[in-house]
Formats: sequence, C-alpha cells, structure tokens
Amino acid sequence: MELSKLPGYLLGRLVKAAIVILAIVVCNFFLIHAAPGDPASIIAGQSGAADARFLEQLRAQFGLDQPLYVQLWIYLKGVLTLDLGFSHRQQVAVASLLWDRLPATLLLTGAAFVFALSVGVAMGALAALRVGTWGDSIITVLALTFYATPLFWVGLMLVLLFSVTLEWLPSFGMASVGVDLHGIDVVLDVAKHLLLPALTLGLFYVAVYARLSRATMLEVADQDFVKTARAKGVPEGRILRRHILRNALLPIITFAGIQAGQLIGGSILVETVFAWPGIGRLAFEALLARDYQVLMGVFFCTSVMVVLFNLITDLLYAVVDPRVEVSA
Amino acid sequence: MAFSRRGLLAAAAAAPLLMRVEDALAQGIQPKRGGTLNSIVNPEPPVLHVGVNNQAPTLIVGGKIFQGLLRYDAKLNPMPELAKRWEVSPDGLEYTFHLQENVKFHDGQPMTADDVVFSIMKFHMEVSPRARGVFARIKEGVAVNPTTAKFTLSAPFEPFLLMFDVTVSAIVPKHLFDGQDYRQAPAVSKPIGTGPFRFVEWQRGNFIRLERFADYWKPGQPYLDAIIYRVVPDSQSRRLALESGQVQLTQSNDIEPFDVPQMRARPNLEVRTEGWEYFGPLMWMEFNHRVKPLDDVRVRRALTMAVNRDFIAQRLWFGIGKPATGPFHSATRFYDGTAKSAAFNVEEAKKLLDAAGLKPNGQGVRFAIKHMSLPYGEVFTRLGEFLRQSFRQVGVELQLESVDVGTWAQRTAAWEFDTTINYLYQYGDPTLGVERSYVSTNIKKILFSNVAGYSNPKVDELFTQGRDSADPKVRQTAFSAVQKILVEEAPLLWLLEMSFPSIYDKKLQNVITSGSGIHACFDDVFLA
Repeated sequence: MELSKLPGYLLGRLVKAAIVILAIVVCNFFLIHAAPGDPASIIAGQSGAADARFLEQLRAQFGLDQPLYVQLWIYLKGVLTLDLGFSHRQQVAVASLLWDRLPATLLLTGAAFVFALSVGVAMGALAALRVGTWGDSIITVLALTFYATPLFWVGLMLVLLFSVTLEWLPSFGMASVGVDLHGIDVVLDVAKHLLLPALTLGLFYVAVYARLSRATMLEVADQDFVKTARAKGVPEGRILRRHILRNALLPIITFAGIQAGQLIGGSILVETVFAWPGIGRLAFEALLARDYQVLMGVFFCTSVMVVLFNLITDLLYAVVDPRVEVSA
Repeated sequence: MAFSRRGLLAAAAAAPLLMRVEDALAQGIQPKRGGTLNSIVNPEPPVLHVGVNNQAPTLIVGGKIFQGLLRYDAKLNPMPELAKRWEVSPDGLEYTFHLQENVKFHDGQPMTADDVVFSIMKFHMEVSPRARGVFARIKEGVAVNPTTAKFTLSAPFEPFLLMFDVTVSAIVPKHLFDGQDYRQAPAVSKPIGTGPFRFVEWQRGNFIRLERFADYWKPGQPYLDAIIYRVVPDSQSRRLALESGQVQLTQSNDIEPFDVPQMRARPNLEVRTEGWEYFGPLMWMEFNHRVKPLDDVRVRRALTMAVNRDFIAQRLWFGIGKPATGPFHSATRFYDGTAKSAAFNVEEAKKLLDAAGLKPNGQGVRFAIKHMSLPYGEVFTRLGEFLRQSFRQVGVELQLESVDVGTWAQRTAAWEFDTTINYLYQYGDPTLGVERSYVSTNIKKILFSNVAGYSNPKVDELFTQGRDSADPKVRQTAFSAVQKILVEEAPLLWLLEMSFPSIYDKKLQNVITSGSGIHACFDDVFLA
C-alpha cells in the first residue's frame, strides 16, 4: 500500500459514507413512521384511559402534529448538528439515553467478540492441524452444536446450571445493586455478571470462527508455498503462524469486520434473557413503544459503526495482505 | 356455574386474608426496622410520575413515592391516608378533607391544603383523562386552612369519594409545578412526593432505587431502608430471579400465570391474588358490531355460549381470577349476581346460529371472522387458540392475527378489527369504569371508548340515571336493570374477572393490606 494514496482514498470513502448514512437516516425515518400506531396511542393504550384532549396534548408535545416532511427536516437538521433529539416519552435526551447504555453494550459485545475471535480461531487452527483425528471431530461437533443452538436457550440453560443449581453466578443484571463495593470488588462483581451473557453471545461466533478458520487453513495448507517452506526446513510452528494462518486471515477479518460493526447494536436476545442494560433492548423497547427519536438514534449510531468498520476492514486487508491495494 | 373441585380449592386459597400491622402484632410479629427489599418492575416505565403517566408499573413504583388523600379496603370503603378524616354534606355537594399534620414533601417543604387543591383542581385536571372526567364536576375547590381542603360539586356525584387513591389523584407539590408545563417540568423526571420512600436513582434498563424518607409523617415508619426495582424483561428470567431469592417480591404480570402453580408449591413463597378489588379488571372479547354477522344478537349470544369461561379461569389462568358472569366485575359496586350471561352450551349455540340463518357449508363452517390477539404475553396467544377451538365446535372459524402493541392500539381505536381481546379497570363503580364501554355517546375512535359500536337508548338512559342519582338505592335499581339488558344482548363476550399474582418471600410482612394491594405505599411493610 502506498501511503501517499491514503488521504485521497480516505476522503473519498468518507464522502461516500456520509451520503450512505444520510440515505439510511431518511429511509429509517419513513420506515419507522410507516409502522401502524404512534407513541401517543401507545401511551393511551398502556394508561387504560384516554380522551381526545389527552391524545392531542401528547401529539403536540411529541411534535407529531406537524406534517411529516417538517418532522423529517427538523430531525435532519438535528442529526447534522449531532443532536439526536429528545425522547418525550421518557423525558430524556436521546444522546444521554444512548450514552448511558453504551458502556454496558460495549462491555458485553466486546467481551463476546474477543472471546469468540480468540477461542474460535484457536479451535479452528487446532482442528486444521489435527485434521481427520478425534480432536478434529470433537471440535467440529462442538462448533456445529454451538452454531445450531438458539441463543436464548443456551442462556437459560447456563443460568439454570450456574445460577440456580450451583449458585455460582448471578442470573441477571450487570452489577449487584444495593451493596457497597469498592475497587477490585466492583470489577469482580461486574465480571461475575458478565461471564454468562458474554459466553452465551460468544458461543455462536466461536462456532463461526472455528469453522471458517479450519476451512481456510486447510485450503491454504495445501498450497505450493507452504510445501516450499516445509521443504527448505522452516519449523512447523513458524509455518503455521507466518505462512498458513496469516494467509487464512482474510476471510476471518471480513467476518470480524461484520461482527465488529454490530458491536454497538448489542444483542436483543442476550440482553433480554440476562436483563443486561444494553442498546439492543433499548432499541427493541423503543420499537414497541414507537419511541421514534430513540429508535432513529440507535439506527444512526449503528449505521455509522457499520460504515466505519467496513472502512477499517478494507484498510486491514491491505495491512495483512500486501497484494491488496486501496483505491477509491 | 360448574366449578371444578380444583377450582374451588384455588378459590378458597385466594380468599381475602388481609393482614394489617395490628393483626401482625396480635400474632406476635413485631415490625422490624431495616433491610432492603429487592423487587422487579416490568415493563420498565417511561417516567415515574403518577398522573403524567398511568401505566401499571408507574403506578406500582410511583405509589411508594406519592400518596393520595385516601386509600380503600377490599370492599372499597375509604380509609385515611393523607386525609385523616373527611365529611360529606347531607346534600352530597360538599366534601371536606382534614389533612394529617406534619406532612412533608421529599424536598423538605410542608404539604398543605394548597397542594391538595392544586393537585385536584389543576394538575390532574390537565394531565389525566380519567381524573378530569370527574373533577370537571367540581364547582369550587378551596384551602380553608393549611390542613383543611373543601371541594364543592355542581351536582351530587355518588362515587366521588372513590377518586382519591394515589393511583388516581396523587398529591403533588404545587411549588414544583405551578406555572410550568406539567408534563415537562423537571419534577417529572425527579419525582417528589410525600410517600415513605424517596426517589434516589434510576439506571435505565437496569434498576430503580428508592430509599427511606427520614421525615415521613408516620413516626418510626417506614420500616424498610430501601426498595430496589430491577428491570428484568424476560419472564423466565424473572421467575428464576424469584426462585433463586435474588428478588423477594414480584407483582402484576411479572410471573406468567402458567408458572404460578410451581411458585405456590415452593415453601418459602407466598402467592396472593387479592388486592385488585379497587381496579376490578374485567377481560372480554370485543365484537365489532359493524362487522356482519356480529351485529346480530343471536350470533353474539351463540358465541357467548360456545366458550367455557371456567376452562379459561382454571386452565389458562390457573385460578388467578374468576370466570366473568356479566359486564360488572363482582368487586364493582352495584354488581348484580342474578344477571348472568348465557351459560356454556354448545348445542344451544348451534341452534341459535341455525335460527340466525347461518348454516354450515360443506366443511362445517358457518362463517369466518378474524381475531386480533392481545399482544400482552404468551397467555393471550393461548387464549386466542382456545377461542378458535371453542368457536370451531359451533362451526365458526376464527382466524388469528398477531400484532404488536402499537398496531393493536391503533387498529382497536380505529375500529379496524372483527374481534379482539381487551381488559379494562372498572375502578370500583359502574359510572367510573363500566359505562364508558356501552353508552352510545362514547362511540369514539379512541381506545377504551365504546369501540364495539354497541348502541341501545335504554342502556344509555339507565347509565345516565345511575350516574346522576345521589341515592344508592336508585343507582342499584338502574344498574341492576342495565346488567339484565346487557347479558341478554351480549354486546361483548365477558371472559374473566382478572387478578394478578403478588408473589413474595414469607419473611416479607404486610404486602397486601388493601383493595389496591401492591400499589400501596409500603410504609408498614417489613422483613421479619
């Protein structure tokens, strides 16, 4: 990769990204407003009583009495100044709602990501090394099982085993509430709460990475340059690290890029089962309550992340494999 | 009404066993200071201010922060709360409330009659559709002196005294709301009330934390140091949290009905289903009378006969609640047990449908209608399937539609359904909670109005009589007559007098002590 090309390339990509994000914002806006019902009718439904004045008051407060194009214009103006709006339903600014949920989300998805990537690639590499043996079969069967089992079921079973039967780990929440903890105890407490949800969320991706890395490594291991390396007496460990694994990384990076883009979106299922206060649940509940501003805020952040990680992935390709060139 | 033996046992177990502090003392259980109560709130409320938001979770948590002038026993008799006594003038026009002494808001300001008049005459009039319907009848509200508030009605309104529960008209601090937009004032997100627990912290999606209010007006109370409501969105996770002792109390819809029998079997847990008398939730199948052949009274009666309401109460709701007998919840005042809707009888139902000219076709189907399931949890999906099965027996095909809450609310309000399920609180009195579903003046494109489109001038007239009379005898006559007409005309298919299980660790005392149960302020609750 020639460094001189990089600024131009980045600029081009960023301009494209901005257009894509703007288009996503507009699409989201219309999609969300196309869903039947509005926040006012839902609040009326949940309150068990309503009159015409009540609905009018709410719609005026939420700005829903304006024509749709005016609402869109107001929202776009906000987004361009990085103001994600205000959730009238919850009486809180959307940015602060997202900001509150972000650490929990990143902790969960980040832990799951690291766990899945390291364990998955290690399992795949191990299986590829021992291809056709018992070890390979066990890893393959495990990976298939993780891959095929529904997340929420894995979560509930883990809770049954570790929280109910063994009473080792808490079954829900992100930290103990109502106890006074300091220093290292806080970290340990959060870690105990994190273990089960991160494991649950990570297992599926462990399977994906294991299968992916096993397949690509076997493919690469058959190629001529590996045979050459072996012929000239390079040690097996070095062949594995420098020649096979490195060349097998491209598909793994592609997939990791996709997963990383989803980091901020969290996981609705795992967050629900473990009562983890993440963004996935925030989005899901906002959808059910037609809390338009919150939902659009989440969509905006996740689309920015996806676009960003696509760019990072493309750059990483070039780092890992010098044959790949960046060009706008 | 054919009760199964199991049903009778469940009913006996659910018989009111209200225990108050005095009773507990008599049994030798001394109230103990200290301890934190962990509970669950679900779904997470949008704001915690009672009045600005009236969803069940808001009322349950907000009920600890705020108080009303009165509270009610299981027979709906008023009991003192912020009002220590009250008088009603003989003509039924003047209501005088004498307030407790030394009541303070959580910000340290004293609560006076000014706050009471402001709350009733301005705050709830502005924000609460239910309160303003009744409080609009108040001609004048004045603070006679700091501890006396007087309300004068323009005409007698017999159920007026039922309107002062914390869930209807909580007393809010005038100094934090006057002159502002009530819905957007800072005190909405940081609620300040007179209740035994003050709002401390809310990590959204995680927990709400309330702490003991040291200046609470009852000396030595509350007993608990704190109440923490954890947000747990999955029903199986909530059950596990209760079973593993991570929380000591669940309420409302926290535990699915089909999980309740296992909770009853656990020796350390108490399951109570009373404490909903003040609300009187009644569930029914909504018929859209604009859709043929649901406009035909014979068809509606036949469909009523096709459904075994005992089965719903016993097998779907596992004995939590009772089969509905008609349009009134049996805890609602002026309930007439002699007016009963048509009993379960498949053969009679078929005859009626034949008589209505709806003969079965080659597949045995007389007609098909759609059913929009109520999206409030698994049990309502099961109910939809049971109803489809029941109707099939009489040759009516029920086509189930699944929708989310927003779609349900929008389509029900817009009359875009054939049938659906709905449940409404009756608030103890037919004028407050029953009339709205049947009178033709309330046929509106709004939820909880007469969305079925039922109209009968005689029914309108009887509800008006019942509403306007100050004499309970006159009201009883009118409401008995209206119940008799309604069960004959079956404008809706009444299914279940609902209740909700409050499940708690047996160490927890005084949880359910009134007709509004779990919504109480918990100033007498303690961990033994």
